[in-house]
Amino acid sequence: MRTLEQTTQEILTLAAKHFGVPEGSLAPGDDFFKKLGIDSLQALDLLSRVENHFGIELPDYEIQGVSDFQTLAQRIQSRL
Amino acid sequence: MLDLRKYDSLGGALHAALDRFADEVCLIEADRDREKERLTYRQFKEQALPLARALEDAGFAGGDRAAAAAGRAAIIMTNQPKWLISAAAVFFAGGVLVPLDYKLTADEQWQLLAHSQARFLITEYPIWRQLAPSPRRAQAVVETVLVTEAPPGADLSGARRWEEFRGPSGTKGEPQFVARRREDPACIVYSSGTGGRPKGCVMTHENYLEQCTALTAIYPFWPGVRYLSILPTNHAIDFMVGFIGPFVCGAAVVHLRTLRPEYVREAFPRYRITYVTLVPLVLKNLRNGLQARLDALPPAKKAVFRLLRDVNKALTRGRPRPWLSRRLLSQVHQAFGGELLTIIVGGAFTEPETLQFFYDLGIPVANGYGLTEACTAITVNDMRSFRADTVGKPLPGIEVRILKPDAEGIGEIATRSRAVMSHYLGEPELTAETVVDGWLMTGDLGRLDASGHLQLFGRKKNMIVTQEGKNIYPEDIETVFEGLPVKEFCVFAANYVWPQRTMTGEQLVLVVHLEPGQALADALREEIAARNRRLLSYKRISGYVLWEEDFPLTTSLKIKRTVLAEQLAKLDRSAAVIPL
Repeated sequence: MRTLEQTTQEILTLAAKHFGVPEGSLAPGDDFFKKLGIDSLQALDLLSRVENHFGIELPDYEIQGVSDFQTLAQRIQSRL
Repeated sequence: MLDLRKYDSLGGALHAALDRFADEVCLIEADRDREKERLTYRQFKEQALPLARALEDAGFAGGDRAAAAAGRAAIIMTNQPKWLISAAAVFFAGGVLVPLDYKLTADEQWQLLAHSQARFLITEYPIWRQLAPSPRRAQAVVETVLVTEAPPGADLSGARRWEEFRGPSGTKGEPQFVARRREDPACIVYSSGTGGRPKGCVMTHENYLEQCTALTAIYPFWPGVRYLSILPTNHAIDFMVGFIGPFVCGAAVVHLRTLRPEYVREAFPRYRITYVTLVPLVLKNLRNGLQARLDALPPAKKAVFRLLRDVNKALTRGRPRPWLSRRLLSQVHQAFGGELLTIIVGGAFTEPETLQFFYDLGIPVANGYGLTEACTAITVNDMRSFRADTVGKPLPGIEVRILKPDAEGIGEIATRSRAVMSHYLGEPELTAETVVDGWLMTGDLGRLDASGHLQLFGRKKNMIVTQEGKNIYPEDIETVFEGLPVKEFCVFAANYVWPQRTMTGEQLVLVVHLEPGQALADALREEIAARNRRLLSYKRISGYVLWEEDFPLTTSLKIKRTVLAEQLAKLDRSAAVIPL
């Protein structure tokens, strides 16, 4: 079982790889819309990758209003 | 299609449709790549009528009593069959529907529930989990809550299961159909005002029946048509073209439980979609995806594609010819299922280049112009011929006038029709300012050209519309900055202060007046940024302006926004707005 820290780190790595930014440039508290300059559709795209990676399904409503990696990681963690 | 002149209410028209098209498919629900449910109109009726009966048994009082809270039911749900089944039940029982945006926060939803005075709430379990613990619940008069899809054994916090709801006595049998008059309220639709002054548009049955007749005259539905419902159904557009329009014509509505781009793309061929409505952001995303695939073609194929596209352009100059375009550019059309007739785009302004891109591929994009207050659409591009530089011509039965046009013919757009709302709930003064002698003042600037097409040139009102179709009013987001350690502050739509004559690139700015001797320290900048982050991403300010004079105030100490905007307009926008 992953810890929340591990889950968060894996999400940061996925996001950095997907959007082509240096891995160390993203932090758990970052607003991913702002930091990555992405819109809501691109955020959904990221979520799909996160789901595939963790092997879970996260309904769209679960990320309603979520804009930072830390909160996203908490939502993922609760379904692992 | 039903002859809507024969019906006085949405309940009456929907009820007739359920019988007339009984064996046609009316709803398909899919989650990712799995189909969850498929209902015919008969099966829809078998769910809607018992729900109507159960509501009546539980004290839901439609008809003339619907003016009171006991006849008002709110729906907060994602797009799914139970949304439409619940709405049909409410209309059947003569009630007034309050469709709310599921994307709002719990506090915002309770504020609107309180404002609407709805006594019944129909929602989904995950949404109810967010709503139930909110302290703002006490403000509202909601007594009966129905939740869908609650897991077994879940704590429902006083709500009841939608699937098992059968009223207090468990009685069965036909509900009593409650007739309504055309002028009676059908819905209270909130166009904005979650943080400040809620604007609940009271829409009548006549508004919807007239709007439906006008729209389907240009973009018809029929049995066999499949409409992909993506825009939230509480939105005026999806309510009309993803519910009322298809239903009175016997067409089918496809609901997806996720809006991940890959599943939306797959839905087109899987369900052979005929129509879909998208917001400009999604349309642009589709365009970028298509463009990337076209750019990646080998040179020879690219040349052939361009040739075929040019042939298609030449042959569709006067009007769309879908069957021809599908043959010429078959690969593009197959990706959309091969039966797509039109993409409807709404909710915000769409750039002409994007519209033209799709039209050249033989996929007409029906853009238009509308407001919640005008039911759905005022103008629509009828494609005869296609004009990407305009938002089309007024729909049949809808008048459009340009007030006080300047030398270039640009002025405020006003509209008059049977589709214009009755009034704003509980706001007689605001209603009187907005609907003058039957003319709805839109607050948008436009010009009618010689052929009667409407062109848009920015706004007169202090608000922005995002590419995702969200209306944001500055007053609504100011609460998040309350307590900011400055003398005073105010939020504006930048294009309201510095008119741009464009509908794109809109942004919100915070105007800050510091205390005497106060400097803009890093801590303050960080606090502004931190508070901004509390807002949903699409509501955030993108910059701030430092203002050195006292804000003009009314005698009741409210900011005179118009006067302040005039003062700010003297500043150079690019120098004054500091990006956040």
